Amino acid sequence: MREQQCDYVLKTASERGVRMVRLWFTDVLGNLKSFAISQNELENALNDGMTFDGSSIDGFSRIQESDVLAIPDPDTFQILPLGDKGAAEARVFCDIHHLDGTPFTGDPRQVLRRHVEAARNEGLTFYVAPDIEFFYFNTPQTGERPIPLDNGGYFDLTTRDVTGDLRKQTIRTLEQIGIPVEYSFHEDSPSQQEIDLRHDDALTMADSVMTFRLIVREVAAAHGVYATFMPKPLEGVQGSGMHTHLSLFTGDDNAFYDEDDAYNLSPLAKSFMAGLLHHAAEITAITNPTVNSYKRLVPGFEAPVHLSWARNNRSGLIRVPIAKRGNPLATRLEYRSPDPSCNPYLAFSLMLAAGLKGVREGYELPVEADANLFELDDNALTKLGIGQLPQSLAEALRAMEQSELVREALGEHIFEWFLRNKRREWMDYKTHVSQFEIDRYLGTL
Amino acid sequence: MTQAESGTILVVGDPISAELARTLDLCGRTWHGMCFNDDPSGVEPTDGWVGAIIDLSNDPESGWSVARGLRRSDRDPVRTLILVSGGQLAELSHRDDLFDDFCLTPFHPSEIEARLNHLLATAGPIATRSEVVLYENLALNLETYQASVSDRPLDLTYMEYELLKFLVQNPGKVFSREMLLSRVWGYDYYGGARTVDVHVRRLRAKLGEEHADLIQTVRSVGYRFGHLRWRA
Repeated sequence: MREQQCDYVLKTASERGVRMVRLWFTDVLGNLKSFAISQNELENALNDGMTFDGSSIDGFSRIQESDVLAIPDPDTFQILPLGDKGAAEARVFCDIHHLDGTPFTGDPRQVLRRHVEAARNEGLTFYVAPDIEFFYFNTPQTGERPIPLDNGGYFDLTTRDVTGDLRKQTIRTLEQIGIPVEYSFHEDSPSQQEIDLRHDDALTMADSVMTFRLIVREVAAAHGVYATFMPKPLEGVQGSGMHTHLSLFTGDDNAFYDEDDAYNLSPLAKSFMAGLLHHAAEITAITNPTVNSYKRLVPGFEAPVHLSWARNNRSGLIRVPIAKRGNPLATRLEYRSPDPSCNPYLAFSLMLAAGLKGVREGYELPVEADANLFELDDNALTKLGIGQLPQSLAEALRAMEQSELVREALGEHIFEWFLRNKRREWMDYKTHVSQFEIDRYLGTL
Repeated sequence: MTQAESGTILVVGDPISAELARTLDLCGRTWHGMCFNDDPSGVEPTDGWVGAIIDLSNDPESGWSVARGLRRSDRDPVRTLILVSGGQLAELSHRDDLFDDFCLTPFHPSEIEARLNHLLATAGPIATRSEVVLYENLALNLETYQASVSDRPLDLTYMEYELLKFLVQNPGKVFSREMLLSRVWGYDYYGGARTVDVHVRRLRAKLGEEHADLIQTVRSVGYRFGHLRWRA
């Protein structure tokens, strides 16, 4: 198969006059990294991989073992509509290996590949569909607050809708490169957009999320504005999340569906959900990896705060959407805490690992929390046995540090590096004296 | 003796039946036997295989995968005779591009000999089908792997291209997801029929709004390529 794929890639590159092929991979923090090779080098790269110095990539190798090998995944070869006319550019995602050919433990794509393959060996395919929110802003001067392009709200169709045009062009570009969009609309906050991607297998989807973030930014930049996936760029309005719809299939059947259940959920779905709820706090540092992420996870802005699930209650951590026409294939769970600043490879890996842990150990699902949890006080919640997501990056890191599940799922290398890196981020934040403090205390204390 | 008569035939089966071995020896053929898991490229004679016999009866999945390997585009296709049991005839449908002739097992030795003689006697390269397949304003060049719609090139991945190729070559027919999976992906794919849906959706996205309806969903059955005649 790989031989045929490589043959296809080489012929296509030459037929379409591809000048540059961009070799893509992702660092531990979720930044897209790329180096370009000419078409002449492509065959060599497909056969033997390309060596590069990994020590300057965040979370990759230590200096003494710095060289790693990027091996292109020919299935992801895609011509991009971004280059100049007549000089087509293409991208291909790479898996990173040690020089001896073993998978490199610092490569997030290899982590997800390992999880997806382990599930597959148990006969399960993991499908994912993220709803990605982001903001458009006018490019501000340094130090200025970001300026929204409009004051529209949820589903608004504004006249001379600048952001609508941007969104339309973004979607056209996404579809052209094979990232199908299910819905798109103006979200609640000024200049905020949501684009919902069609489900795909988790590895392809993680690649698509990386491509998505690039395309959104590129289209915005081409129009002289910028797009941001910062979780909470504006105070007092909703932040940007990446609600993630999850399902598991055994062959052609949705393993989450059970016709006879009152919720149409199979025992597997319930224990998967129990696993997610049980380990949610431990995986939050990965699904919500920045200081700013926790300014989104507060009551009152449709972001989850509590470790609960419900069918039609958007204040909980997991929602069970009611499938259209009771379609068995559409039965799924919506995990609502992740935000679009996360590394999708690691986030999907941990959602799968947490859920499957619940399945393997037969976790019991807590009762549905159908009240609006934002209206309950802490006492009432404790009585219901409902805990909370971590309230800050520091809390999330503490929960992660104690998690055997996360350590094993990410591997020692990424686990240790991530904690070190993020603790430094937290220290930088902790020692920063903010405008809030100056305004509040300077005159009165 | 011509090359077709003296060259080596690749025989693949698991196992290769004694009956088949004896038949080939008796008609004076040089042949090289191989199991499905062996790599044929290492043992291939320098002047190439003169033909191939693949016995599917015990393991069609592996057999087709060998047949597919022999039809790679970067080499001259090897003339291939497929052996199937009577109960496996459905295996042959929509795989015409993978073999040249077939024979039912259990076989009569003289039938194998006759079919082999005929297959190998046909001079010159195998007549390949036209290199460009057209449907309305969709064009596929099978030689260069390029597809275009209304002269706009489509940037497809390998599997998207293979799926579109299969559909365009069989317009108007309804295929179940299982059929598409086994004919386009081969068996060595775990994703199940869901994989087909995902690829169809990607193909439709790339075809663009105005052409997305070229691939029609036939509810609770599968997919059909092309517009119905009375709508055209």
